[in-house]
Amino acid sequence: MADAGLSSDCIVVGGGLVGASIAYGLARSGASVIVLDEDDKALRATRGNFGLIWVQNKGISMPRYSAWSRDAARLWPGFASQLLSETGVDVNLQQPGGFCLCLSEAELLERERSLQAIQKAVQGDYPFEMLDQQALRQRLPAIGPEVVGASFTPMDGHVNPLKLYLALLQACRQMGVRICHAAHAGKIETSDDKGFRLSCGPVSYRAGKIVLAAGLGNRALAEQVGLYAPVVPTRGQVLVTERLRKFLDYPTNKLRQTDEGAAHIGDSVEDVGFDDRTTTDVLQFMARRAVKSFPLLRDVNLVRAWGALRVMTPDGFPLYEESILHPGAYVVTCHSGVTLAAAHALRVAPWIAGGPVPAEISEFTAARFSRGLVRPMYVN
Amino acid sequence: MSETPAFKTLPGSAASRVEIFFDGRPLQVPAGQSVAAALLVGGVQIFRETPVSAAPRGPYCMMGVCFECLLEIDGLQNRQACLTTVREGMKIRTQMGARMLAAGGASDAG
Amino acid sequence: MLAEPIDLAIVGAGPAGMAAALTARSAGLSVIVLDEQAAPGGQIYRSVTSATTGRCDVLGPDYAEGRELARDFEASGARHEHGAAVWQVTPEGRIHYLQAGQSRMIEPGKVILCTGAMERPFPIPGWTLPGVLTAGAAQILLKTGDVVPADPVVLAGCGPLLYLLAWQYLRAGVPIKAFIETTSAADYLRALAKLPAAMIHWRLLAKGIGLKAALHSSGVPIFSGARELRIEGGKSAEAIEFRTGNRQHRVEARVFLLHQGVVPNTQITWSLRASHVWDPVQLCWTPRASVGGELIGLPGIFIAGDGAGIIGAEASRLSGRVAALAALRALRGSHSDAQFENEAAALLRDLRRATAARPFLDALYRPRAEFRIPADEVIVCRCEEVTAGEIRKHVRSGCLGPNQLKSFTRCGMGPCQGRQCGLTATEIIAAERGVAASEAGYQRVRPPIKPISLGELGGL
Repeated sequence: MADAGLSSDCIVVGGGLVGASIAYGLARSGASVIVLDEDDKALRATRGNFGLIWVQNKGISMPRYSAWSRDAARLWPGFASQLLSETGVDVNLQQPGGFCLCLSEAELLERERSLQAIQKAVQGDYPFEMLDQQALRQRLPAIGPEVVGASFTPMDGHVNPLKLYLALLQACRQMGVRICHAAHAGKIETSDDKGFRLSCGPVSYRAGKIVLAAGLGNRALAEQVGLYAPVVPTRGQVLVTERLRKFLDYPTNKLRQTDEGAAHIGDSVEDVGFDDRTTTDVLQFMARRAVKSFPLLRDVNLVRAWGALRVMTPDGFPLYEESILHPGAYVVTCHSGVTLAAAHALRVAPWIAGGPVPAEISEFTAARFSRGLVRPMYVN
Repeated sequence: MSETPAFKTLPGSAASRVEIFFDGRPLQVPAGQSVAAALLVGGVQIFRETPVSAAPRGPYCMMGVCFECLLEIDGLQNRQACLTTVREGMKIRTQMGARMLAAGGASDAG
Repeated sequence: MLAEPIDLAIVGAGPAGMAAALTARSAGLSVIVLDEQAAPGGQIYRSVTSATTGRCDVLGPDYAEGRELARDFEASGARHEHGAAVWQVTPEGRIHYLQAGQSRMIEPGKVILCTGAMERPFPIPGWTLPGVLTAGAAQILLKTGDVVPADPVVLAGCGPLLYLLAWQYLRAGVPIKAFIETTSAADYLRALAKLPAAMIHWRLLAKGIGLKAALHSSGVPIFSGARELRIEGGKSAEAIEFRTGNRQHRVEARVFLLHQGVVPNTQITWSLRASHVWDPVQLCWTPRASVGGELIGLPGIFIAGDGAGIIGAEASRLSGRVAALAALRALRGSHSDAQFENEAAALLRDLRRATAARPFLDALYRPRAEFRIPADEVIVCRCEEVTAGEIRKHVRSGCLGPNQLKSFTRCGMGPCQGRQCGLTATEIIAAERGVAASEAGYQRVRPPIKPISLGELGGL
């Protein structure tokens, strides 16, 4: 593992889903890439995602983000088949549409208002429908009597996030991307002949460009290259059941059935610092909600539960920014590494590789943050 | 079952018998034992097929740490048979792969 | 939730748990003991309270000793909650358990974990076939219902428990088709250096010699120094193949009992994120604790018995008493380790004596690398059917530890939560990376550590 003095066109700091998506896209654009990844104990938001490719109700206060999510979802089918033909790995992409179940009339009403507002803000290219209990039961026969209704959009779906990650890593390796493990990024220096030198302990790496895709680690790293990435952890807890025969054909925002058959139940959003333990009260709440949503799950056993730290900017929306002070240094951070994976690979990476700035991402810079307190806008 | 049971009770064992049902078949088994032990004595070797590859599995540890002896017991699936005591009239079924949920589920039944 | 306050909660009613309860009760503490089984005894004294004389005769004097302990325990006034599966212990000492379909929670003053040991996994080709069980499982069948194999049975592996089982079967008239021991002359040589220190516990050693002598004079075919074990069969196990020296063997049977020692059951301590060390002699992880058994970094939570490191039943009792005394002192507000060592000096000395033969036994019965770090074809994760080869492939692609491995292969993601594959995964990763097991680490364990349904968790 001792890669002393390696150099390449680009260094990607962070070998999670975001880093891997970017590295993949960079390699496809013809760049030579080094990815620096930490070790087995790293925080890894990648292992904490829910696997949803989710559009509905995102970007409530930022229409640009609603559109970005919508367009990212549309890139997915091509992306998945590309990965399949390149690596032979089927990431089990399913985009049949998705539901947000509502357990009260107030929730349903609020949901409708919110989606209507977004639809208007993106000039109408935003299909969705509201379903009352009767209509919902036609589509999801297993829902419980306490589910009052739901919103549905054909734009939503899910994928196997671990297979996605595996496929990206494999595709990267096939294209000659060098992935360095147990590499903890430290000091970043700019050299005289344009470019960057990054030290990981005694080993240093050189590249003309450097992309910070280190999740929560971006905050400290960004400062070194004149970028501002005020990310904080939010904890998401998830319950996982034993394998089940197929009972659910669509993902919902808080429950989906994986291709292996287990039901994944989430998904809390908690502000608890760097604590990734699970808590009984939250798990109990999620269990109750799951049984209310799908009563036939009552006797199903839980096999594990986990908490993972996700990466949150002050408003929850991404950062795609090139440093003005140190051109060639980029920061990429987001909360929805799965939904946006295709966009990262096919839109963001080509820009970083030297292409034009996509119009859609020009707003995702840190300039939008005031230096005061900003209320985070969570997506549920 | 074409074969005789692979396990038996030692002679002189004082336990009374109860009748249980395995995949619809009645079995006379010693009372007071775990379902796993009772079925082994009753001639059952294969308790389940795995959800991953439908491989045949039977009890391994008898103390609840291996999760191989999973069976459907009185309608509840994936019960650890080594931690459940037999009762008169108990209905037990092979656990065929992943748990099947009650009616109301979607598309394919299998 | 319980109305009256509980001074001490003990998880597990084996020798350590029962002894701890007795000590605590005699000091006047209110005690609750949570145990998964219907009756006290743990695994080693399983069903001892309902054991007939005939059964005690077959099982031997060590088992019968448990009867008195269990009776004292039942009369002690400790509240014994049986059929109680602990699914979570929090760092603050709250215990969640499932009993008769209801999830309950208690908040005792102090906690002692006495979760004991479980069989070390024995990954060889065919070990997942029906008809292959552990020696411990065979003893449980014997103890709980006088159940034995109907045909001549094969015993394979190493360790005192295997000899004990053979001896018990001989007494019960159960024919043994073959006793295949993986111990060889080299193991005896290695253990010889540890023999002098073990002589304090000569009674234990004498017992062992007696068991072996009985086996050797029984006429049972014994194969020593066995290698390359593999079990063959279609829908169930039909034969075992192995090599001794240059000779290949094949023995047909329907039941195969494997054993290569026991390891601490560390699900709860890992789920608490207690600090563990890799014991290179016992080849397992043990939680770090003070002399009194208090977990480092988790004040108020103590550990006793085999769950802290394999010491055997007799030493587990002493260990339980030590932890109860330590917990008692903690309840009374005193926390000095030095003072405790002073007060409990006699007990600690007895404990040391009771473990004097351990290094010798650990050396003699050290499980072989080929049976801990198996060949590519062997299933390591039984639940998710992940082979050793698949694990190695991912390590070579850069997967450094068991948590990444879990993500990529699902190894450890099944219902057993890594109990059967965790140690193997650690060692395969370490061997493939060329690092110590301690560096490879262990997978994260999270509650619920026992199955609980959504409805039970939600209290619905």
